[in-house]
Amino acid sequence: MTAGTKGAEKSSFLASIIKKQIFIPIAALLILAIFNLIMDPSFFKITLGHNSEGHPVLSGNLISIIDYGSELAILAIGMTLVTAASRGQDISVGAAIAISGSVVLRVLCGTNSRPETLQAPIIVAFLISCLVAMAFGAFNGALVSIFKIQPMVATLILFTAGRSIAAWINNNELPVVNDKTFTYFGGYIPGIPIPTPFFIAIVCFIVTWLVLKFTNLGLYVQAVGINEKTSRLNGLNPAFIKFITYVILGLCVAVAGFIKVSRLSTINYSVVAKDIEMDAILAVALGGNSLSGGKFNISASILGAYVIQFLTTTLYKFNVQSDALPAYKAVVVILLVILSAPIVREKMAALFKNLRSPVNAESKS
Amino acid sequence: MPQKDMTVGRPRRHLLRGITDTNLLMSITIIVFIIMYLYAIFGLGEGFLKAQTFFNMLNANAALIILACGMTLVMITGGIDISVGGMAALVSMSSAVYLDKHSGSVFGAMMISLGIGLAFGLIQGFLVAYLDIQPFIVTLAGMFFARGMTTIVNANPFNVQNRAFVKLKETRITVPGMGSVNKRGIYIDAYIEIGVIVALIVVAALFLFLKWTKTGRNFYAVGGNKQSALMLGINVKRTTFLAYLMCGILGGIGGFVYFMHVGSGSASHATGAEMNAIASSIIGGTMLTGGVGNIVGTLFGVLSLALIQNIVSSVGLTDAWWTGITNASMLCIFLVVQSIIIARRKKANLSAAKSMEAKGVKK
Amino acid sequence: MQERSLLEMRGIYKSFPGVKALRNVDFTLREGEIHALMGENGAGKSTLIKVLTGVHIKDSGDIFIKGQSGAVRIHSPQDAQDLGISTVYQEISLCPNLSVAENIFLGRGKSGLVNWRNMNRQAGKLLDSLGIAVKPTQQLASCSIAVQQMVAIARAVDMECSVLILDEPTSSLDESEVEKLFMLMRQLKERGVGIIFVTHFLDQVYEVCDRITVLRDGQLVGEYEIENLPRVQLVSKMLGKELDDMADIKNDIPVFSEKDKGYVYEAEGLCSSEGIKPFNFNIRKGEVNGFTGLLGSGRSECVRAIFGADRVTGGKVKINGREVKINKPIDAMKNGIAYLPEDRKRDGIVGDLSVRDNIILALQVKKGFFKPFTKAEATKFAEEYIKLLDIKTASVNTPIKSLSGGNQQKVILGRWLLTHPEYLILDEPTRGIDVGTKVDIQKLVLKLASEGMSITFISSETDEMLRTCSRLLVMRDRKLVGELTGDELTQATIMNTIAGGEQE
Repeated sequence: MTAGTKGAEKSSFLASIIKKQIFIPIAALLILAIFNLIMDPSFFKITLGHNSEGHPVLSGNLISIIDYGSELAILAIGMTLVTAASRGQDISVGAAIAISGSVVLRVLCGTNSRPETLQAPIIVAFLISCLVAMAFGAFNGALVSIFKIQPMVATLILFTAGRSIAAWINNNELPVVNDKTFTYFGGYIPGIPIPTPFFIAIVCFIVTWLVLKFTNLGLYVQAVGINEKTSRLNGLNPAFIKFITYVILGLCVAVAGFIKVSRLSTINYSVVAKDIEMDAILAVALGGNSLSGGKFNISASILGAYVIQFLTTTLYKFNVQSDALPAYKAVVVILLVILSAPIVREKMAALFKNLRSPVNAESKS
Repeated sequence: MPQKDMTVGRPRRHLLRGITDTNLLMSITIIVFIIMYLYAIFGLGEGFLKAQTFFNMLNANAALIILACGMTLVMITGGIDISVGGMAALVSMSSAVYLDKHSGSVFGAMMISLGIGLAFGLIQGFLVAYLDIQPFIVTLAGMFFARGMTTIVNANPFNVQNRAFVKLKETRITVPGMGSVNKRGIYIDAYIEIGVIVALIVVAALFLFLKWTKTGRNFYAVGGNKQSALMLGINVKRTTFLAYLMCGILGGIGGFVYFMHVGSGSASHATGAEMNAIASSIIGGTMLTGGVGNIVGTLFGVLSLALIQNIVSSVGLTDAWWTGITNASMLCIFLVVQSIIIARRKKANLSAAKSMEAKGVKK
Repeated sequence: MQERSLLEMRGIYKSFPGVKALRNVDFTLREGEIHALMGENGAGKSTLIKVLTGVHIKDSGDIFIKGQSGAVRIHSPQDAQDLGISTVYQEISLCPNLSVAENIFLGRGKSGLVNWRNMNRQAGKLLDSLGIAVKPTQQLASCSIAVQQMVAIARAVDMECSVLILDEPTSSLDESEVEKLFMLMRQLKERGVGIIFVTHFLDQVYEVCDRITVLRDGQLVGEYEIENLPRVQLVSKMLGKELDDMADIKNDIPVFSEKDKGYVYEAEGLCSSEGIKPFNFNIRKGEVNGFTGLLGSGRSECVRAIFGADRVTGGKVKINGREVKINKPIDAMKNGIAYLPEDRKRDGIVGDLSVRDNIILALQVKKGFFKPFTKAEATKFAEEYIKLLDIKTASVNTPIKSLSGGNQQKVILGRWLLTHPEYLILDEPTRGIDVGTKVDIQKLVLKLASEGMSITFISSETDEMLRTCSRLLVMRDRKLVGELTGDELTQATIMNTIAGGEQE
């Protein structure tokens, strides 16, 4: 009898942990960390070195995770909102990054593709790219909210055209920015050994946190995603709220695009941010957010993004080619969606019940 | 006299009410295609008058036609499959590796292609139909899996040297009486590739399937209204599964036809083919919401995309990006038009119902 | 099985999470009879029908069908079709994208191929014989709703069924179409088909039916011959009140006269996209009035029009004598109107959100996007109303969907009370909740009114309305047909007005 209650307590304690949404990315992170620890503890080594200009920089796998995971984490913010409100995902983010990156270069370089000096201040270039990316977000949002096209199909349009538009903006030339300050955003600020993208990401998280704290965005988005009819009856305008989430995602895209071009000081239209839409969607799912909308947890998505970068880095470590990565990630996605499918959950719950009931019967007797 | 007025359901107000959605959207496409072709002939020169120009469009797009047909099937049931491009790349690479690195036979390569298609169809169909997972997510994962696997099978692109295959690839089927005289005055026969024959057979077979078999009609029923289809006694899950299975197999066939056209294996093959397949289906009058669509429309959808690319490059916009932009704008226009047509039709029906009610009151 | 009976359902139980939809229900259908299945909302009619047609699977009980030995197993609509049970549903369950002929023949027959010419010819013949003027090749979506309904009936008729279920088929038909349908039903009856007819139009029941089975709260009330059950008695059985105990409950609700305080809300010729006839309505400060009528009479549609929940298509609205435009819910909210919707699950709760968020939602939206409540404020509001309304919840963080129906309802009520409305609309606030809570809500309504709030109260339970309302507006057939005040407020008058037609 006592053993039975203890067992029940234990399982409810476990269940309450498992129920916490952030459990999923944390568990995934732990599994990856332990896996790496067993395979090769040196994975976690961080060394302080100097880059070619003699500035101190930290290097190591963990550093590259927080460095390269930044764009993904920033995108995950917007993608989470879009998913929650419109019950679908935006698959054009990679293409949109190409566009906004291209805009940045276009503004910085002007008509000459390899100028000696910048043709415009960096901040102007960034703001213009924000406007452009938000305009494209608005385009997607309008298709979804006004024309009621499924999000993934609506964003397919920009997915197709995006990289072409990016090339067209710069006349298919590959402008190169020759300016040291510009590289700071995707690299290191002299004297600070931690990569800048990580700081940019943190600024984005803080802004998001402030926005969620000082506006009703979170409440409205969740209400619309969970029950559109109720939201309308409570005075919300569901179409507008869906629209807004796409515009916000546009802003996230602009920031991510800016980091991407800053890393290389140039752009490759067909390669930049390739397959990032998959990773962003995966980050949302790994964060325990339902891909069919409703309640969301942005911190879990952000953590999910870093977990994915962790996975990517681990796969690289095992000499998996970058082009082959999607295959492994696809397997992860499929496993995740199968496990979260309502039908599978019901079946599993029933199975657990069956497994448990004989035990209960015994303890009773 | 009022009794006569009571005859219900005669198409009265709406001119287009007599025509089905499927036929309406398909007719729009065919008309647009013909207008564009006429414009090309009269506005852009004699090149478009040559039969070979048309045949080249078929040769280059045979694989796309097959992939788009599979896409149309799935879209009619209200789903979507974006793994077809990845599948084509995987099929090409696997066949190429089998032919050259394992000196396999062409027949074996075909079997491998079919097997890959079958496996994708079975798994994706099962996940979508029986586990009720969003088709977009399932097939998005399928697409990335296929692309990744292609690299894993073989990372570097290469041209296939296998003799039997090269012979098959270079087989040209002469179309009698359609040839033209070139600049030097020599008569050149017009030709098509084997893939075109396969594509046309697929189009014909699927057209018949959708039109004349009960299973085919069930596709439309499921796409039109799942709940109703269930109530009418249709096995909705099996029908959905079948659609993805057929799309998978067509992906395998289309992949092999693609392989026959390019004769090489590469991870970047058929990039964006899923997009073009979806665009072709939509332009051909298949509704994203399901239940409306036609294989002949899809054929014209593919040809329209090919034609517009030809026109764009003839006009002088030769840069590569114009392809993406024109495809996307065309897709966008058709999507919006569909959305508007359907909204208007709903309204028209509603007001028809209203007028019935109002009449009921008067009496 | 008894002789002449086609179908017997014995001891049917069916429950859904949290609801016992059917408890020990028996039902018998005989050869060549038209059998009305009656009951108010939530009585279990639809569930019984869906059990019979295989859409829901019963928890226990047996179904016997003539010609089948032993109890039959119905686990899918296909099973039901195979047993000769055909159904025409209230919402049209045909495929709008297919042609009329296809809809008639879909999912039937053994051959794997479609013979279009044959199919269209047969469909044409069938439609002609039933007097439905529509081309077999026409796409269903391009037909009016009435025609679609007739096509569904044609399909059912053509399936050589022995049991035909018509689930509210007449709600979208006009009189001549209804006549046509009745003719058809009588023809089928001659042939020995048993017809189960579900409708909320009493006139129609008395026009065609032979027998009536009444359900209430998922239980069988009884089976009656039509001659032995006068209209008023039928209504009383459906509502669960015997005529004998309809002694008037006298109460001390103030009755307003013309000269009393001004109108808080006035509407003239209001109508909405949901097809209610234009109606006039008003309410004074501190008044409680109500819309009554059977299910489908348009009582909910009226208040939805007032709140702007459906698309308003015409009419003038005044708030405190000032003309305003109310086109969407936010307009109504800004004018101090609150609306507790009829369908809690669809229109009321935001299932995954916490009790706290559900309570503050409306006030928060009213307050504005850039002025969120702090968590402490929100919790304070939530706890205030949890206490005031005695909501049983583990904490303010519990998702509302895990609460019982009654507590969910109180949360929604709390949400609207928090906005401190001048005019509160309650559409079936007491449905599906326990007696204690019902009384609480009634008391609350009276208390709020005495504090000066105007309230419109809708309930299927007449005595509730009598206890709270000083004025009742009676709806029938989507039309306002009467207004009762003062001495007219008795069960008997209300039922007579609802029933309309001849008086017993």
